[in-house]
Amino acid sequence: MAKSITVGDLDIYYGDFLAVQGVNMTIKARSVTAFIGPSGCGKSTFLRSLNRMHEVIPGARVEGKVVVDGQSLYDSAVDPVAVRRQIGMVFQRPNPFPTMSIYENVLAGNRLNSKKMKKAEADDIVERSLKGANLWNEVKDRLSKPGMGLSGGQQQRLCIARAIAVEPQVLLMDEPCSALDPISTSAIEDLIHELKSDYTIVIVTHNMQQAARVSDETGFFNLKAAGQPGHLVEFNATSKMFANPDNEATEAYISGRFG
Amino acid sequence: MATIATDQKTGPARLGDRIFSGTALAAGIAILLALAGVFIFLAIEGVPGLAKPAEFYGEASNFWGYVAPLLFGTVLAAVIALIVAVPLAWGIALVVSHYAPKSIATPIAYVIDLLAAVPSVVFGLWGISVLARQLQPGYVWLDENMGWLPFFAGPASGTGRTILTAGLVLAIMILPIITAISREVFSQTPRLHEEAALALGATRWEMIRMAVFPYARSGMISAVMLGLGRALGETMAVAMVLSAGGGISLNLISSSNPASIASNIASNYKEGTPGKIQVLIATGLVLFLVTFLVNFAARWIVTRNERKLAR
Repeated sequence: MAKSITVGDLDIYYGDFLAVQGVNMTIKARSVTAFIGPSGCGKSTFLRSLNRMHEVIPGARVEGKVVVDGQSLYDSAVDPVAVRRQIGMVFQRPNPFPTMSIYENVLAGNRLNSKKMKKAEADDIVERSLKGANLWNEVKDRLSKPGMGLSGGQQQRLCIARAIAVEPQVLLMDEPCSALDPISTSAIEDLIHELKSDYTIVIVTHNMQQAARVSDETGFFNLKAAGQPGHLVEFNATSKMFANPDNEATEAYISGRFG
Repeated sequence: MATIATDQKTGPARLGDRIFSGTALAAGIAILLALAGVFIFLAIEGVPGLAKPAEFYGEASNFWGYVAPLLFGTVLAAVIALIVAVPLAWGIALVVSHYAPKSIATPIAYVIDLLAAVPSVVFGLWGISVLARQLQPGYVWLDENMGWLPFFAGPASGTGRTILTAGLVLAIMILPIITAISREVFSQTPRLHEEAALALGATRWEMIRMAVFPYARSGMISAVMLGLGRALGETMAVAMVLSAGGGISLNLISSSNPASIASNIASNYKEGTPGKIQVLIATGLVLFLVTFLVNFAARWIVTRNERKLAR
C-alpha cells in the first residue's frame, strides 16, 4: 500500500513565474518526511505538486519527473483525478464538508470511488478510519451530527480519517497543526507516528520542533534571494539535520540565526 | 465582548455610528412602509371588488370564479418559465464561475447581465413577431405526435401565441437575475471546501456537487424566488404575447389560454368602469398575497434546511 516517491529535476511554474527549481529527492515508503523552510520558499507548492493539486490554480505546471512506485505522475496518460485518489492530502485548516455528518464526511472519498456500498461495509470503513485517526471514542455516539460541530483538533483528525478511508498510498500534510492548539497538535503528532507503519507521510511544517519530533527525514527549502525561485537546500536524515547539518544555511535556519 | 458592549451603551455614541445606524433604520422602515402602503391601497380599493353583482365578472358568476383562471394562468406561465430557466441559469452560472476560462467567462456574464436591461415591451414584441411564429409549426408537430399528453392535446394554436410561448419569453426574462445571483454564490464557495473535494479525487462535477451546491443552496433558492417573483408579476410581455381566452386547462399549445392576473389588469384597466377597476384591483390583491405566500414558503424551507445543518 505505502509507496516511495522519486522526484527528479522538478521545476514548478505559475504561468511564467518559476516558483520552485530543480528539486531532486527520494521519499521513502513507510516513513515520515518533513519539509521546513521560511514562508514563500515553495515547500507547500512542492507538496501540492506531489498529488497534482497545484494544477487547481490556473497556469500552474511542472517540468521534471515525479515517480511513485515506477509510475510517472505527470505522464500524459495519467489522469490527475486518479492521482489524487491514490495520494491523499490534509490541509492547513480543517475542512470537513459543512453540510455532511461525521459519518458522511469519512465516507466522502469512498463514495466517489465506488457507486454502491453495503451498509455494513460503510460502517466498517467509518469505524476503521475513525479509529485510525484516534477519533472513534470521541465521536462514536454522534456520527450523524455535522462534522463542523467538532473542535478544531477533532475536525482535523476527521479530515485525516477522511483521507485514510480510501487507503491511499501516500498521505500529504500541509501544515496540519498550524491552526490547532498544543494539545490537539500533540494528538495529531501521535497519530502521525502511528500512521507511519501503514502510509508514506510527507508533512510541511513551520514548527521545527515538530519536524524534529515526527519525521525520519527532513528537507530544507529556501529562496536563493528575494524574487528568486525556491530550491531544496538540504535533504537528510532528521537526526543529522538537527544535530550536524551538511549545509551552513540549514544550520543557520535551524538554530534561528537566519537571514 | 461584554465590556465593549457596555462601553457602547454608556459612552457617547460616535457621530458617524449614529448617522449610519439612523440611515440604515430609515431605509429599512421605508421599505416596510412602501410595502404596507401598497397592501393598504390594494385592500381599500380592492375589497369592494370581491363582491360585485355578477355582470362585473364576465362569464363567471362571482369573484373567485373570475380570478381562478387568471391565477391559474399566472402560476402556469411562471412554472413553465422556471422549468426552462432554472436549469439553464444554474448551468450558465457554473460555466461562468467554475468551467470557462476567465477570458470567456467574463463576456458571457456581461451579455447575460445585459439581457436584464432589455425592457419587457421589447421581449413582448419579439415574442409575438418572432418566437410565436417560429414555434407555431413546432406546436402542430407536438399536437400530431405527442397529443396523448394532456399538455399537448391541441388543437394547436394558429398564431403560436400560447401560454407555452409566454412561458418561454418569461424564461428568457428571468434568466439574467437567476444567473447573476447563482454565479455570485457559486464563486464564493470557500476554496478550502473545493480543495477538500478535489484532494479526495473528485472530478470537477463531483467537486461541484460535494462542495459548491451544498454551500450555495440557500443562495440558489433565493435566486429562483426572485426569478419567480418577476415571472408572477410580469405584465407587458405576457399581455402582448398571450392571446387570452378560455378557462383552466393544462393544454399548453391550444389557443384557449387563461390570461395572467397582471396582464389581465394591463389589458382591461384603461377601458374599465370604476366598478370593473375595483374588480381588477381585487385580482391584484390576490396576486400580491400569492407572491407573498410563495416567498414566505420558500424562506421557510431554506431556513428549516439550514437549521437542520447547524449543529
